[in-house]
Amino acid sequence: MRPESEAELAALIRQAERPLSITGGATRHHPGEGHGARLDMTGLQGVTLFEPAALTLVVRAGTSLASVEKMLADEGQMLGFEPACHPGSTIGGVFATNSSGPRRIQLGAARDALLGVRLVDGNGEIISNGGRVMKNVTGYDLVKLMAGSRGRLGALTELSLRTAPVPPASCTLALPALDAIGAIAALTTALGSPLDVSGAGWLPGSGALLRIEGLSGSVQTRTAELTRLLSGFCEVHVLDSDPWQQLRNGPQEGEGDLWRIVCRPSEAPALLAALPAPEMMDWGGGLILLRLPAGELPELPKFWGHARRISGAAPAILPAPDPVTSRLEAGLRQRFDPRGIFAGAE
Amino acid sequence: MIQMPEPDTAVLANRAGIIAALRQVAPDAVIDDPAETRVYECDALSAYRCAPLAVVLPRSTEEVSAVLGTCHRLGVPVVPRGAGTSLAGGSMPTADAVVIGLARMNRVLEIAPEDRLVRVQTGRTNLSVTTAVEGQGFFFAPDPSSQLACAIGGNIAMNSGGAHCLKYGVTTNNLLGVRLVLMDGTIVDLGGPSGEGPSLDLLGVICGAEGQLGIVTEATLRILPKPAGARPVLVAFDSSETAGACVAAIIRSGVLPVAIEFMDGPCIAATEAHSGAGYPDCEALLIIEVEGSDPEIDEQLGLIRAVAQSFDPIEFRESQSEDESRRIWLGRKSAFGAMGQLGDYICLDGTIPVSSLPAVLAEIGVLSKRYGLAVANVFHAGDGNMHPLILYDANTPGELDKAEALGADILRLCVRAGGCLTGEHGVGIEKRDLMREQYSSADLEAQMRVKDVFDPGWLLNAAKVFPLDLSAERKRLARLGAHHAS
Repeated sequence: MRPESEAELAALIRQAERPLSITGGATRHHPGEGHGARLDMTGLQGVTLFEPAALTLVVRAGTSLASVEKMLADEGQMLGFEPACHPGSTIGGVFATNSSGPRRIQLGAARDALLGVRLVDGNGEIISNGGRVMKNVTGYDLVKLMAGSRGRLGALTELSLRTAPVPPASCTLALPALDAIGAIAALTTALGSPLDVSGAGWLPGSGALLRIEGLSGSVQTRTAELTRLLSGFCEVHVLDSDPWQQLRNGPQEGEGDLWRIVCRPSEAPALLAALPAPEMMDWGGGLILLRLPAGELPELPKFWGHARRISGAAPAILPAPDPVTSRLEAGLRQRFDPRGIFAGAE
Repeated sequence: MIQMPEPDTAVLANRAGIIAALRQVAPDAVIDDPAETRVYECDALSAYRCAPLAVVLPRSTEEVSAVLGTCHRLGVPVVPRGAGTSLAGGSMPTADAVVIGLARMNRVLEIAPEDRLVRVQTGRTNLSVTTAVEGQGFFFAPDPSSQLACAIGGNIAMNSGGAHCLKYGVTTNNLLGVRLVLMDGTIVDLGGPSGEGPSLDLLGVICGAEGQLGIVTEATLRILPKPAGARPVLVAFDSSETAGACVAAIIRSGVLPVAIEFMDGPCIAATEAHSGAGYPDCEALLIIEVEGSDPEIDEQLGLIRAVAQSFDPIEFRESQSEDESRRIWLGRKSAFGAMGQLGDYICLDGTIPVSSLPAVLAEIGVLSKRYGLAVANVFHAGDGNMHPLILYDANTPGELDKAEALGADILRLCVRAGGCLTGEHGVGIEKRDLMREQYSSADLEAQMRVKDVFDPGWLLNAAKVFPLDLSAERKRLARLGAHHAS
C-alpha cells in the first residue's frame, strides 16, 4: 500500500481491516514497532510552500529528510533541532518520533519547530491542527500531541514547520580528559553561562564536547570566554572535526540492546554509576545512550525521567508507566483509532 | 454580544448543599458571600460579567483534588482562575459554576540552576518566577505584558507568549512538566526532563487547553541564563509596507533578534501624547532588540543597520545608554495604556504570516473606514502576532457590537491570509464563534475528543473555546451517560 494523495490514504484507512504500520523509511522503529501491514507514506511527496523570509516550510510527510535538508541548505537555512538522518528517513518520521539532536538545548526539539499538521486518523478522517504561524493558541494544540506519537494516533500527511538560519560560524571545544561522569559538571558550567552554547555532549575518546555558533566575531569572543570558564576542569582543545553528526545520528550498530535514558543532568552521575560506560551523552547530560546485554534490564536508582530499550527484541520502559497516564493515553488512542488500525505501530 | 450557556437550574437550587459540601473538604477556603464572589465575575474582558455560585481558594494540590472531586460528584461546573488577567474571558464563570482560584498557591518549590529548571505552584505570578531565579543569573523567558500580575497557571492554560518569544519561544516551549488535577480529583504528573514524557505528549496538549482538561497546580519550568546585555534600536519608516518588508529582510539575513515590535502611526501618536517617549513622527516604526555581550551586540546591530538602511528609513536610532534603551521601549510598553486614554478599545491578537503584513495592514485600514471606527496597530512583527486595537465608545449604544463585528472581520482576514484567530490571548469566550472560520467540523471534533478523555462530563470550563452549540451537545450527551472514560 503506497497512497499518493491524502484522499487515497484516507480511503485506504477507512477500508483497512487489519492493523497497519505507518512507515516512512522505517529508520526509527523501536522494538515491537513495524509489525503490521506496511502503509508506505513515501508516495506523499513534495513541498507545498517554502518562505525563507518567514522561516516557514510546508511539506508533505513522505518527502525524504535528505531532500528537505538540501533544499533548506540551498537557502542558508536548516532544521534547527538536528534530527537523526538515515538513508530513507522521511520528514514525517522525524516529527512522528520527535527526533531531536544536540541543538535541542538551544533551539528546542522537533515538536517545538512544528507549527501545523494535517493527518488522517484511524477513522479515515482528515484532520488539520495548528497552521503556518508560530504564535497560535486557537483551540487545542494537537500538533504537540501528534509530534512523537509514533504513528499511533494518525498518519501525518503534511507538516508546517519553522526553519532556522544556518549560523555563519561555528566552533567546537573538546575536553578529552573527562569521562562521562566527570563531563556533567563541565557541561553544566557551560550551559549555565550566558554564552548561548548550542551543543553540549560527550563521546568516548573525545570527552566533553561544546559548540558555539553565530556571527563570526561573536563566536570568537564566546569561544575564548568558554575556554577560560572551563579551563579549571582540564585542558580544552578546539576540535577541527565535527562530532555533532555522530551525536545527532546516534550510536551505530553494535552488540546487545541500545537503551535511551532521559534524565535531569544532576541525576546523571548516579545513573551512570549504576550502568556500563555509555555510547554517548547529549543535551548537557540529559540524554544518555548505552548498550546492555540482550534482554537485560538495568537496575536504576529513582530518578525523574525514563529509560527505554530502543533496539533489540522486546520493548521495555522504566519506570513502568503510571496507571493514570496509561488510562488517558488509552482513551486518546481509542478515540483517534477506535478499530485499532494503527495497532501495528507497536 | 457573546452568548453564555444557561446555568443548570438543579445546581442553582442546590447552592446551599454544594457550599456545605465544599466547606467540608476545604474548611477555610470557600467564599459564598455575594459581595465577595462578585470580585470573580469577570476577568480582563470586563464587558462580560457573571458572578459565580461560589469561589474556592485552595492551598494545596490535595485540596484542589478534594474540591474538584466534590464538584464532580455533585455535577457542579468548575471554572479555574489564575490571576484573572485573561483578555478573552477565559476565567469568566457562569452562575452555576464554582470558581477555583490559584491565588493562594504561589510558592517556589524547587530551584535547580544546575538542571536549568524551577518548580513552582501555579498561582505564582509570571514575573515573580524570574525574580526567584535572577539572583542566580537566570530568568523565565515567556514575558506577556501582564507579567507583573498574570499567574503561571494562566500562562499554561493560554500558552502565553510575550515580546521576547521570537527567540525563546512561548510557554509550551519552556514548560517541562506539570502536576495536573482532573475534574474527578485524580492527580497525575505529566512531562519529564527536557520536556519529554515517556509516551504521548500530554503535556503539550495541556498547554493551551484553556483550563479545560484539568487544573495545573504545579509546574516545572525551563529557566535560561540571563544574557550579558541587551540593546534596542528604533527604526522609523514612511510606510507600513516598508516596515514590513524590513522585518522580512532582517529575518532573512540570519540575525535572530530577541524581539521585533511594530507600531503604526495612530498608535505612535497616541503613545507620544501619553508618555512623551520622544518617538519620531512617522507612519510606522520598528523596535528591534538584540542580546549578548557588548561586542556581540555591536556585531548584530551592524548587520541590522545595514539591512535597515537599504530601506531608506526616516530614522535609525541606536541606544547609547540604559536610559535611552528604556526610552525606546517606553512608548511600546505604554501603548495599550495610551490607547486607553483615547477611549474604550477591543484588543485582538490575530496572527498572520510575516510575509502578509503589508497586505493585511492595508486591508485593516479599509475595514476601519468601512465601519467608521479607528484601529491602531501594535504588534510582535517578528512572528506576525498582531494587536489591532479597535477604538469605540462604550457609552454610545451599539458601538460595542459594531466594534466586535469589525474585530470578527479582522480575525477572518487573518485566517484568510494564512494565519489564525489568536496568537496569545486564547479563544476563551471571545472567539468561540469564529472557530469555524479556522477549523472544519472534523478538526473541532478531534479537539473535543481530547476533552472527552480528560473530562467526560464536560464540567471543567466547558463554555469556552468551542462554539456553544457543540459544547452544549457534548454536555447533553455526557448527562445521558453516552461518554465514558476508557
